[in-house]
Amino acid sequence: MWKFIHKLASPPHFFRIAAYIIPWLVVPGLLLVGYATYAGLFLAPADYQQGDAFRIIYVHVPSAYLSMMAYMIMAVSAGIGLIWRIKLSHAVAAAAAPLGAWFTFLALATGSIWGKPMWGTWWEWGDPRLTSELIMLFLYFGYMALRGAIDDTAKADKSSAVLALVGAVNVPIIHFSVEWWSSLHQGPTLVKEGGPAMDPAMLYPLLAMILGFTFLFGALLLRRVRAEVLFRERRTRWVKEMILSGGQ
Amino acid sequence: MSMGGYGAYVWTCFALAAVVFVICEWRARLRLRRVYRDIEVRIKALGDTE
Amino acid sequence: MTEHDEIPSMFSGMLGIIRRDLLLAWKRPGDVLNPLFFFAMVAALFPLAIGPSPEQLQFSGPAVLWVAALLAMLLSLNSLFLSDYEDGSLDQMLVSPLPLSALALGKSITHWLTSGLPLVLVSPIVAITFQMPLSVIGVLMLTLMLGTISLSMLGSVGAALTVGLHRGTALLSLLILPMAMPVLIFGARTVSLVAAGDGVAGGLYFLGAYAVLVLSFIPFATAAALRISNE
Repeated sequence: MWKFIHKLASPPHFFRIAAYIIPWLVVPGLLLVGYATYAGLFLAPADYQQGDAFRIIYVHVPSAYLSMMAYMIMAVSAGIGLIWRIKLSHAVAAAAAPLGAWFTFLALATGSIWGKPMWGTWWEWGDPRLTSELIMLFLYFGYMALRGAIDDTAKADKSSAVLALVGAVNVPIIHFSVEWWSSLHQGPTLVKEGGPAMDPAMLYPLLAMILGFTFLFGALLLRRVRAEVLFRERRTRWVKEMILSGGQ
Repeated sequence: MSMGGYGAYVWTCFALAAVVFVICEWRARLRLRRVYRDIEVRIKALGDTE
Repeated sequence: MTEHDEIPSMFSGMLGIIRRDLLLAWKRPGDVLNPLFFFAMVAALFPLAIGPSPEQLQFSGPAVLWVAALLAMLLSLNSLFLSDYEDGSLDQMLVSPLPLSALALGKSITHWLTSGLPLVLVSPIVAITFQMPLSVIGVLMLTLMLGTISLSMLGSVGAALTVGLHRGTALLSLLILPMAMPVLIFGARTVSLVAAGDGVAGGLYFLGAYAVLVLSFIPFATAAALRISNE
């Protein structure tokens, strides 16, 4: 098992193995998302407070969840790359950032669209999740900006790793602060933080959607990491040999 | 389909999600393809001069 | 008494840095005064933009003062390592036998002494123009004191990561601001709550705890960032 992980950390092996894994993530992902979309839109009963608008939850919550998961993946792999000096780990962090930013954007956009019929405004500062997601977006932008500002790849990897780690420690603190801050206002929130006190018919599509999103995110991430690895290793022999022997 | 008047909002959100996924997939594939092409060009160039 | 080839202790190394930077700041008072003027000016922008109504001023006072303090701190953070980078003392720190994290902590402490503490001391003057009652001003100063300590620490990581980078200034702000938001939230809102008659303990506990947290861990991050930026 350990040997497998060791092998995985080597770029040429990862490059090959990831290509095999991707379809195994895409297919279940699409199936789950397909089921969840159908069930969420047509099978789940309408919420007695929000009517059919609550169905946006099936996109908003998975996006928000993924935006945070992506940050954690980014921070952890950056940390692993920094401490154990594994180049592939840094590539994963670099690849995860733009994806995380996209999902953060999706969470913000769907949250805003959800807010319009619910509160009448396109933005509600009182909703802690929206505000947290906004700060999360800034964190992503900062990370990507730092990477972009440093030309040397190794230096960019290490610098952004420090930033990601400091940021990761701050993320729970930020969430806590925003929660406290919005609780002072006692304003309306999109999703009751009471958790899954939901009707199972409403809950299962949500869980399925979260899982489906996660699978698809994994596939996207692996694809991006492959591109990233190939780019970083473009001058190495294994790449040359692979391309000459027909590529993949 | 119209969902009590909220239809536009709900469908927009789902469509937006689909668009984001497609964009990410596309960009990832595009990047991979471009890196391949650049490497092939480089190898060919070096191969001619060697 | 130390002999001339005995390595000084970590503590005296830190004190050495503090002493040197304080001396430098003393020789160039502009470095200390400019952020203060900036603070006062930014605070003045809001009544100019919003209007002079006393109720509005009193209501927005804590927030305005806190945002102005945050921006003034950011301004002074840019040059935290800049002069050391330029004159080679940063390289000296990097090869010193003393732990870099201790030296980094020394730099951050000096930064607070020359930027944060003056802000705390000047804040009552500006606060009075916002119709802030004296009891609230006391809380304001407390929150600013704890908050600026945290900001000096957080800022040192950002400054270390961006030292020598092209256009590092704007980048520094982009990196630090998201992480400074909890401090801003608790700092400004605690003062508002006190102005409205609520208790102060919760907010101060948070600010104190956060300051302790960053004081404990950030110097190591700053040291790592300094090494990485300068290898």
